[in-house]
Amino acid sequence: MILVLIRRLGSAIPILLIVTLITFGMIHMIPGDPAAAIAGITATPDQIAQIRHNLGLDKPLASQLVHWYANLLHGDLGTSLLLGQPVLYAVAVRLPVTIGLSAYALVITLILGLASGIIAALKQNTWIDQAAMVFAMFGISVPNFYLGLLMIIVFAVDLGWVPTGGYVAFADDPWGWFVCMTLPAISLALLLIGLLARITRSTMLEVLRQDYIRTARAKGLPQRKIVIKHALSNALIPIVTVIGIIVSLLISGSVVTETLFSIPGMGQLLTQAVLNRDYPMVQGGLLILTALLVLVNIGVDVLYAFLDPRVRYDAA
Amino acid sequence: MPPDIAIGATVLTEAQDPPRRHPAAVALQRLLHHRLFVTGLALFAIILLAAVLAPWIAPTDPNQLSMRQTFQPPSWAHPFGTDNFGRSLWSRVIYGAQLSMLIGISVVAINATIGTAIGAASGYFRRIDNVVMRVNDALMAFPAILLAIAITAVLGPSIGDVIIALGIVYTPRTARIVRSSVIVLREMEYVQAAVAAGAGHWRILRRHILPNAMAPLIVQLSFLFAYAVLTEATLSFLGVGAVPPTPTWGNIMADGRQYMTDAPWIIAIPGAALMITVLGLNMLGDGLRDVLDPRLRIQQ
Repeated sequence: MILVLIRRLGSAIPILLIVTLITFGMIHMIPGDPAAAIAGITATPDQIAQIRHNLGLDKPLASQLVHWYANLLHGDLGTSLLLGQPVLYAVAVRLPVTIGLSAYALVITLILGLASGIIAALKQNTWIDQAAMVFAMFGISVPNFYLGLLMIIVFAVDLGWVPTGGYVAFADDPWGWFVCMTLPAISLALLLIGLLARITRSTMLEVLRQDYIRTARAKGLPQRKIVIKHALSNALIPIVTVIGIIVSLLISGSVVTETLFSIPGMGQLLTQAVLNRDYPMVQGGLLILTALLVLVNIGVDVLYAFLDPRVRYDAA
Repeated sequence: MPPDIAIGATVLTEAQDPPRRHPAAVALQRLLHHRLFVTGLALFAIILLAAVLAPWIAPTDPNQLSMRQTFQPPSWAHPFGTDNFGRSLWSRVIYGAQLSMLIGISVVAINATIGTAIGAASGYFRRIDNVVMRVNDALMAFPAILLAIAITAVLGPSIGDVIIALGIVYTPRTARIVRSSVIVLREMEYVQAAVAAGAGHWRILRRHILPNAMAPLIVQLSFLFAYAVLTEATLSFLGVGAVPPTPTWGNIMADGRQYMTDAPWIIAIPGAALMITVLGLNMLGDGLRDVLDPRLRIQQ
């Protein structure tokens, strides 16, 4: 397992290197003069020159690149033009909010996605299976902001059960956090529930066809034990590999969910940054979230090796 | 087999070559019997038809203001109602369909050409594989919507820029799928036979490898169309896509957000159109996968 970890960390290094390079290059992809674009149309030449100097755009490209990596290694991602704070600080404040929302949505996804996938597989070709798969198909097809808007209209505006948006920190008021995060978490989770239910169902069907399930059945084990001990524990292994995809979709989805429900997380921070041409913030935020995602994927692979001994032997 | 053929004659008929049918014709026939595929195709066709027929079925300019007729609920005069500027939502949603289809088709075309080229080159020529795939993996490491947002922030907020952004985001995913097919096919005996017969790289790729790599690609492209339409709508909704008053579905919904309690149809109708498109394409993709590429059924 240590070997798997070392191997994956090794393969992550070139990826992170290219990711940082792409992020660095972004500001140079701005058509025309980046400094002028950042300053906006009302800026004076002096202001543009000032921005150019502040961002180091007046130095040669190679020295900018060295500077970029040197700063990265110091954990310095520059200063947000909009907020006037260090990018890292702004992210540190917002990131826990996004992680909280994503974790809540992930819990909902795992419970409902796994349950409906397993039940659909066990009741294959019955109306329960069909209903679950129709639900899953809708789940992967309903845009999350559309679902969010409809839920706001029904549950927040018409019924008044929950606020239309806003955020209460979990540390201040756990119940309040729960109340205001439930609609966002559901709208974020629906796509993933559909995705996970479909994958779980097909994986379970595949496993249930195996000889060892027939053996277990033949020796008279109760159905529940077969499902949980023999089928599920084997079906879970391929399912674990999609957790990386799920986390990626959670981060992508949280951008629009946070904007919709006025939750002050990373998504809202980045959308605001884009709208205000706050490029250091866009670069830094994108880089941190991507690095986080790469780390999650390494974690998933290690977990995979832990769950499936065959992977461990292959790696050794 | 017709019942009037005698048993003895079967031997004769079997000895003859059965009429050879083109594999595409076989696949098409199976698709047309696939319920999910046909339903998906029908849903998608509604939107596509609306997009193509837009100038005829939606005579009003989608941006024409009519301040005397703001917030009209759906009626015979205004089938989808009007918005805060009295613009006809019927026209806006139909022209929105046109933009969505334009974006979807463009992104699919970019993926089908550039994604296939990169994937085929990377899978076939081992020497470049490592470098190309590292860059590919790095692009795939970014969360999709965030990368698209960042690219539009850099390029600008026009339909063309959004198409480029979505192309950059999704092409690596297509390239990876083509590459994995090509790697398997390259080792096939008939490819070795072609090499032995003196076929060049270009001929081998075009005649022997790529036609066999098409099935997973077609399946991928149908889902990709759905992602492209969905992501574009998301970008517009966030205000980082095509600038208002461009009648994209996302823009219409973003405009309607302020009035969602009094005029919920402004949000509900373009959202439903978006959902029908994505649903149709997903069902179509599922059907294509079942028929063209049964091995993939296990993965999803």
